[in-house]
Amino acid sequence: MGEIEDFNVGDKVRVFMKMKEGEKERTQRFEGLVIKQSGKGISKTFTVRRVSYGIGIERIFPLLSPNIEKIHVVRHGKVRRAKLYYLRGRKGKSAMRVKEV
Amino acid sequence: MKAIIGEKVGMSQIFNDNGVVVPTTVVRCKGTTVVCKRTGDKDGYDSVVLGYGVAKHPNRPYRGIFKKLGILPVKIMKELRTDNLEGISVGETISISQFEVGDKVRVTGVSKGKGFQGPIKRWGFHRGPMSHGSKSHRTQGSLGASAYPSRVWKGKKMAGRMGGQKTTIKNLAIAKIDEEQNLIYIKGALPGVRGSYLFIRS
Repeated sequence: MGEIEDFNVGDKVRVFMKMKEGEKERTQRFEGLVIKQSGKGISKTFTVRRVSYGIGIERIFPLLSPNIEKIHVVRHGKVRRAKLYYLRGRKGKSAMRVKEV
Repeated sequence: MKAIIGEKVGMSQIFNDNGVVVPTTVVRCKGTTVVCKRTGDKDGYDSVVLGYGVAKHPNRPYRGIFKKLGILPVKIMKELRTDNLEGISVGETISISQFEVGDKVRVTGVSKGKGFQGPIKRWGFHRGPMSHGSKSHRTQGSLGASAYPSRVWKGKKMAGRMGGQKTTIKNLAIAKIDEEQNLIYIKGALPGVRGSYLFIRS
């Protein structure tokens, strides 16, 4: 388990994942908005959503995965929901709009 | 042959070396002892009787047996056929260190009781049409031929009590061993409710 900054739903995070390609190991980054946290204990996961080239991508990470090198919080957001599913139907600017703290 | 008795704690998950999640069942194995040995000369076959836990309120005959053996009365017992009785002594504690990660084991336990169930759930029968005037939704179809045998064969699969039966699952891999807390993590699901007794052997 790598270094994990405290984050919550609504935060914009950058997740550094270790990827294995044959023998080589490299780090992959995934940046986006945390729209969901689920589970507890070792099975806790969080979902990061980003829109790239107009296509929404959601990735679910196990929080305690040994492949997570680092989680960096880019921006803290203020939200009034535990799950930000309402962002899914949105397009353009409003798709990522979350108030900053 | 490796064997131990344990108590089901519940299910969890662990990450393997590649970071992949492995679903596991946690079994607490503390206090398995050798209750007695059966030998070919005396009993006609070789085996070891293993016991687990300490019985809270053993009755008199039960107490008598254990007094003779010189050990505390156990909660449950399991017999294990074996060829090699050497090096095993009565009263000896069996530890989980005999197992290794990656070992294939078979686990015996009593499955969860499901109550009175219909033939669809109990035996996997197909259901009837739900519409088009059909009235046989979840009922069983034919029970057999007519003129011969003019009755229902014994053992015909029908609705009834399901679960609560002795179940053995084979070829389960040990994913992790925690010797400090006497816990074995076995990949996959195991029969029974939490707290039920499980017999693990290779």
